[in-house]
Amino acid sequence: MLEFIIIFPLVVAVISLLIPNYQTRSWLLPVSGGLHFLCSVWLAVEQRPLRGIWLGLDALSTLVLVVTSLLFFGCALYAVGYLDIRRDRGNKIMVPCLLIFLSAMTLAIAARHLGMMWMAVEATTISSAPLIYYNRNKLSIEATWKYLLICSVGIALAMLGLLFVAYAALGSGSPASLQLDELLQMAGSLSKPWLHGGFVFLLVGFGTKMGLAPLHSWKPDAYGEAPGLVGALLAGGLTSVAFLAILRGVQLMSAAGDGAMARQALLGMGLLSLCLAAIFMVRQPDIKRLLAYSSVEHMGLLAIGVGIGGLATFGAMLHLINNALTKGSLFLAAGNIQRAYSSKRLTEVRGVISALPVSGSLFLAGFLAITGSPPFGPFMSEFTILRGIFANHHLLVGLFVLLFLALVFIGMGSTVLAATQGKAEAKTSGFRDRLLLCISPTVFILLVLVLGVYIPEPLQQALQNAAALLEVQP
Amino acid sequence: MEITNPLLLTVILINFFTLGSARLGACIRIVALQGALLALLPLAVHGFSLHSLVLFSGALLFKGVFIPLLLLRAIREVRIRREVEPVIGFVPTLILGVLMTAGAFLFADFLPLAVEHLDSLFVPTALATMFSGFLLLITRRKAITQVLGYLMLENGIFIFGVLLSEALPLMVEGGVLLDLLVGVFVMGIVMNQINREFSSINTESLTALKE
Repeated sequence: MLEFIIIFPLVVAVISLLIPNYQTRSWLLPVSGGLHFLCSVWLAVEQRPLRGIWLGLDALSTLVLVVTSLLFFGCALYAVGYLDIRRDRGNKIMVPCLLIFLSAMTLAIAARHLGMMWMAVEATTISSAPLIYYNRNKLSIEATWKYLLICSVGIALAMLGLLFVAYAALGSGSPASLQLDELLQMAGSLSKPWLHGGFVFLLVGFGTKMGLAPLHSWKPDAYGEAPGLVGALLAGGLTSVAFLAILRGVQLMSAAGDGAMARQALLGMGLLSLCLAAIFMVRQPDIKRLLAYSSVEHMGLLAIGVGIGGLATFGAMLHLINNALTKGSLFLAAGNIQRAYSSKRLTEVRGVISALPVSGSLFLAGFLAITGSPPFGPFMSEFTILRGIFANHHLLVGLFVLLFLALVFIGMGSTVLAATQGKAEAKTSGFRDRLLLCISPTVFILLVLVLGVYIPEPLQQALQNAAALLEVQP
Repeated sequence: MEITNPLLLTVILINFFTLGSARLGACIRIVALQGALLALLPLAVHGFSLHSLVLFSGALLFKGVFIPLLLLRAIREVRIRREVEPVIGFVPTLILGVLMTAGAFLFADFLPLAVEHLDSLFVPTALATMFSGFLLLITRRKAITQVLGYLMLENGIFIFGVLLSEALPLMVEGGVLLDLLVGVFVMGIVMNQINREFSSINTESLTALKE
């Protein structure tokens, strides 16, 4: 089953090249996305951990798999409506690249061999580059080039980190390996300096991909210029995959008895991300770049959650779901807004709610959700992370986080409120809210709302299992 | 093995050549030669096994033939020959390169290497090649030279990887090489588009996106 959901998107990608009809080709996306989602849920519900040499699912990867798959399904449904109004740009590249991207993400999530995971993460970079270049103008090419070069170099450093980890085994006399379970087993006998060096490079490499400050420079450009649905997939899906890769490093370090060092590094980068994001979000005139910085902020929160440990790790796992769904909703709504105004800058975008009642309200609700207002899910997860921080007596860290969250709320609020409130000028294009472009973001935000009020027992259990994997002591 | 040291020394000389040369065609060819020489390393270290033979042919074909051909075609299409006005001049870059290589050798002495790698040139060469790649990435303006820098960085990592071939099964090595090839292919396409939009492939023109 696991092999199936990695391979079938590739097959569909090839089929999509042979289909002449435009609409049929677009519809391949939600059909594949739906099938992928069903299989992922089935794999998650079945609940026996799959432990192969190459592929497998544990509690952590199951969580990321289901979230990513759901997000892709929603974005794929949106894509049908989006590609229908972008017939000038076509879908001949978009559809296969999205499917390859899905396959590569699934492989990266399911890989038990770290070398294979690396290969899949690099494949996500390559397959998403044409998606960012979809609009084919000067700005999008600049964004694509930066994304491609910075992420490729970052990922190359992650490879070096992996090799360091493999080298750590040489001194102990055991054969070098990059198979995760084998590594975890012999973690105690790994040579410390190489393991530490390896973790640092892993953190820098996959941190680039995840967009942790100060390695986030490509993020506002790429998210800003890519179509909304691609931004949603990158901000909600790909970042979670990169985070999972970093968590593998944390698992290794914990198993070797150096979890504290890994946590400190994550905590430091998380705080820096939060701080830089907050600074750039104040008076940000571009709604999609605003969302990109918000993504940097939330990656920072994830890192802080895992960095603190204990209850905060549980909060970070919950936040991973909330962030993915809320960012999905926000980027899709922002895509609609950009279509309607032919702009994403505050100078043109005014009075969205009166012009596009559904997308505008979604954008406003998404803003409230992502900044942690009750009763949405992120409130619960951010609150849990904060409780974890204070419970562990990191008073100063807690105060910093609260301060930056407040700053983000004010900065993001001033831009979002200015864009959504007031009267729309008459010059908007003929774009109106339509079912296919509104249903996915609406469902996402409703799910986030539900998660804020009630976490079902199986999900609670799954989150605890995932967090427990990171809390293993040697 | 006897042959590895001369091979690795040649690799270092190629780093210097690339840092000091302005002619793009020559740079691409010499980096291709570097890739081809690296392909010999698995054979020299591990002898003739299936693993090393496949790795040899894969690296030779991808690093030594396909990728250089892609890049040569790219510079033909955008009609450029030389890297003019690098961010730092060629002589200062060379001096930096020498300093970094010396630093790599000194640094490798401090690393807790496994006993069998203590006297080999593998680790310092890998580090020096990676540093040179970084230097190329930072100091050049043309998109194509930045791709060359990325390739050199990957070459450095490849040298390190040869020491660890039991940790990298063929499926992974093959995937890594394929990623590299497709990555450079996509970079080539993007480069072509940069040239079409901006009438040059100087990455300096890519400065519209900022705060």
